[in-house]
Amino acid sequence: MNFYPEFEVVRNDSRCIRCRVCERQCANEVHWFDEDGKVMLSDESKCVNCQRCVTLCPTRALKIVKSDCRLRENANYSDQTIKEIYRQAETGGVLLSSMGNPNPLPVYWDKILINASQVTNPPIDPLREPMETRVFLGKKPDHITRNADGSLDTKLAPQLSLSMPVMFSAMSYGSISYNAHASLARAATALGIYYNTGEGGLHEDFYQYGKNTIVQVASGRFGVHKDYLEAGAAIEIKMGQGAKPGIGGHLPGTKAVGDVSKTRMIPEGSDAISPAPHHDIYSIEDLRQLVYSLKEATEYRLPVIVKVAAVHNIAAIASGIARSGADIIAIDGFRGGTGAAPTRIRDNVGIPIELALAAVDKRLRDEGIRNNVSIICGGSVRSAADVVKAIALGADACYIATAACLAMGCHLCRSCHTGKCNWGIATQRPDLVKRLNPDIGSQRLINLMDAWRHEIKELMGGMGINSIEALRGNRLMLRGVGLTEKELEILGISHAGE
Amino acid sequence: MIPLEGQVRIPSGCAVSAMISRDGRRMNGESIIKSMVPMHDRSNGLGGGFAAYGIYPEYKEFYALHIFFNNKSAQAECMTLLKEYFEIVQDEHIKVRKIPQITDEPIIRRVFVSPMQSVLRHLQIDEKELVVRVVNQINADPTGSYVFSCGKNMGAFKAVGFPEDVGRYYRLEEYEAYSWTAHGRYPTNTPGWWGGAHPFCMLDYSIVHNGEISSYDANRRFIEMYGYKCTLQTDTEVITYIADYLLRRQGLTLDEMAAVIAAPFWSTIEGKPEADKEKYTYLRTVFPSLLVTGPFSIILGFDGGLMALNDRLKLRSMVVGEQDDMVYIASEEAAIRVMAPDIRNIWSPAGGEPVIVRVKEGAF
Ligand code: SF4
Ligand code: SF4
Repeated sequence: MNFYPEFEVVRNDSRCIRCRVCERQCANEVHWFDEDGKVMLSDESKCVNCQRCVTLCPTRALKIVKSDCRLRENANYSDQTIKEIYRQAETGGVLLSSMGNPNPLPVYWDKILINASQVTNPPIDPLREPMETRVFLGKKPDHITRNADGSLDTKLAPQLSLSMPVMFSAMSYGSISYNAHASLARAATALGIYYNTGEGGLHEDFYQYGKNTIVQVASGRFGVHKDYLEAGAAIEIKMGQGAKPGIGGHLPGTKAVGDVSKTRMIPEGSDAISPAPHHDIYSIEDLRQLVYSLKEATEYRLPVIVKVAAVHNIAAIASGIARSGADIIAIDGFRGGTGAAPTRIRDNVGIPIELALAAVDKRLRDEGIRNNVSIICGGSVRSAADVVKAIALGADACYIATAACLAMGCHLCRSCHTGKCNWGIATQRPDLVKRLNPDIGSQRLINLMDAWRHEIKELMGGMGINSIEALRGNRLMLRGVGLTEKELEILGISHAGE
Repeated sequence: MIPLEGQVRIPSGCAVSAMISRDGRRMNGESIIKSMVPMHDRSNGLGGGFAAYGIYPEYKEFYALHIFFNNKSAQAECMTLLKEYFEIVQDEHIKVRKIPQITDEPIIRRVFVSPMQSVLRHLQIDEKELVVRVVNQINADPTGSYVFSCGKNMGAFKAVGFPEDVGRYYRLEEYEAYSWTAHGRYPTNTPGWWGGAHPFCMLDYSIVHNGEISSYDANRRFIEMYGYKCTLQTDTEVITYIADYLLRRQGLTLDEMAAVIAAPFWSTIEGKPEADKEKYTYLRTVFPSLLVTGPFSIILGFDGGLMALNDRLKLRSMVVGEQDDMVYIASEEAAIRVMAPDIRNIWSPAGGEPVIVRVKEGAF
């Protein structure tokens, strides 16, 4: 069935100089030059609104606008719902989407406000006083021990040391490009934080950034071998992902080319489908065995992270993980991004990270085991304010991926699964990949994190807090607006005005 | 209705003062009461109190419980509970002097107790732990009975009022202590409840504190994992529990505790010699949630000494003076000058730098 396209390409012909930049830049082949009429034409049905042409058009002759030609309005059957039905009736297929859930579901971050000091307690000026953002992730002992001479025995379970409580979340080499990985790896190293390989293995060129790398072990075990495990600073077992809880990953064969297939240790061009469960983990005691096998394999030098999607029973699941020997739990909320996920799952499965985080932190404290593990919060952490709110709710650190992609140039067109990312991120086409220059990409990531660090410090200073430790779990610094009693109870915060 | 203490968190400003004889000489409360007079404006009449060490030498084997009872039935109920766990050695009124400035007084009793061995054997805990548990149980509902001091050979005296009035009310000139601490409170909002005055005590630890900590909820939510209940929602309460947890339960030294709650900055740690670097990094890594931020000056009293500590930015004033065997600590120098008019050696300790004073071994 043919529809009027979702977007319209509006070209101001009096400005267009026929330079054909848009034509060359568009991997979706929207624009072309009509030799006869000497005009630029476009096939809008292919446009994904990635804004590449708009950004690069030298005369600002282009804009992409949402088309106003819609099916008859219906609050129940939206334009999109109807078109998806037509599409499925045509193909019989599962709908695919990418990036995070775009639907207007509640964003609790935006309904939480942060405190500041007035009169009874002085705010602290981060420009004049030290303001600390360093965080250690890992298991903390229940009891201190002393050496024979009475001094403290300072041996600790392995810890990750972060200069600020933000890290780059898992994005596999394959789902994103070589240059995107290079940008993340270099930025993490320069910043003193970590990036995460995702489930695609680690390209041999990036072993040099191992000190700032978290290597992931997912259900497909792609790219996992002894050197890989030993190359990183921590190992992450991926049990689930916020964008697609309950299912595995899928890298289309078109992206499994060249070094990607080599790094994943799979044949070129074959779809890399990781199973929904780890087939050696059907229960919590199995997880414990995998945690300890990985620790054995790396001689207990590295902390093990267990990453789970935020689902209904997350508090109990986290409590199980905290007793499984894992050092760190990463919880990924339902708005988290993805390179490709079935639309129905992305948009309907899982729960908001804010509620999941609050519930987990509370449960672990109620059980007295919060010290056994650190908590990383991910799944749509969009700004320094979100980070501060997450830490105050109880997170030790945050994972960001969508924000990191945006820093590298992503325009959130949500078509990563097509492999034709015009910004050189979610693609393996060499001509597109080279559009992302890792020198620039890494610098932009560093800038973003520097900016966030300044903002975090200012927010902390306003609260009269000069170290991030004193913010963690400090829910008194938060107030809700427009939330129900139940929501406030789960978040463990009071309403504004209370 | 104005909420009661514990139903709401009440920030307060304050005055603190302390004096201790390193020789263990016992001095009456005259001087410490007077020291609070020049700092009158740092309190607003909604709470004052004192802690005194070495005051019950003839009962020093027993836990001295100082208790407020709201009425006779609360008293009877509380005493029945105490008898399940303790032998009651002595149960008496705490003598007071009626003065117009102090009103609405509860029943105030002093009960010396000794834990029953059979109970300790049955619960398999040591006697300190038993005292902590029973006191927490009684104080969980502070509207009936409230134990405001439970150490050996020490005691707290507190009330709603200005500290100098509270001192006279409790006839502190009749007690002899080798170490005194005092507190005047300036809460920003409170109905004025006797239990809410300071010092706040747990076993022989007593805390007087001036400040409003910004890390409160981070500290509270951590410490509550270990069986403490912060029913009063005050800074002093949570700092007392932190001290008890780190000193008694974790076995840290006073210096190590100071390095947790007023941890040196990472940049300072970087510059330390290797062994110190390791120690401070370890303590900050293991107890990050017990870092206390925001302005505070505290004086921690304990059996045989006291420790004064400022927040690491020194956002609250605190001065220390030394003369012969005496050490004085106060929010303002004027208070020290009242206690020791011709003192020479007065200084202001740096933020995060603990001042620890101990009485000579065997002196009391
Ligand atoms: S990039 Fe702009 S100026 Fe160049 S051909 Fe396209 S629309 Fe015309
Ligand atoms: S990564 Fe590329 S394809 Fe994916 S949303 Fe961003 S711009 Fe679009």
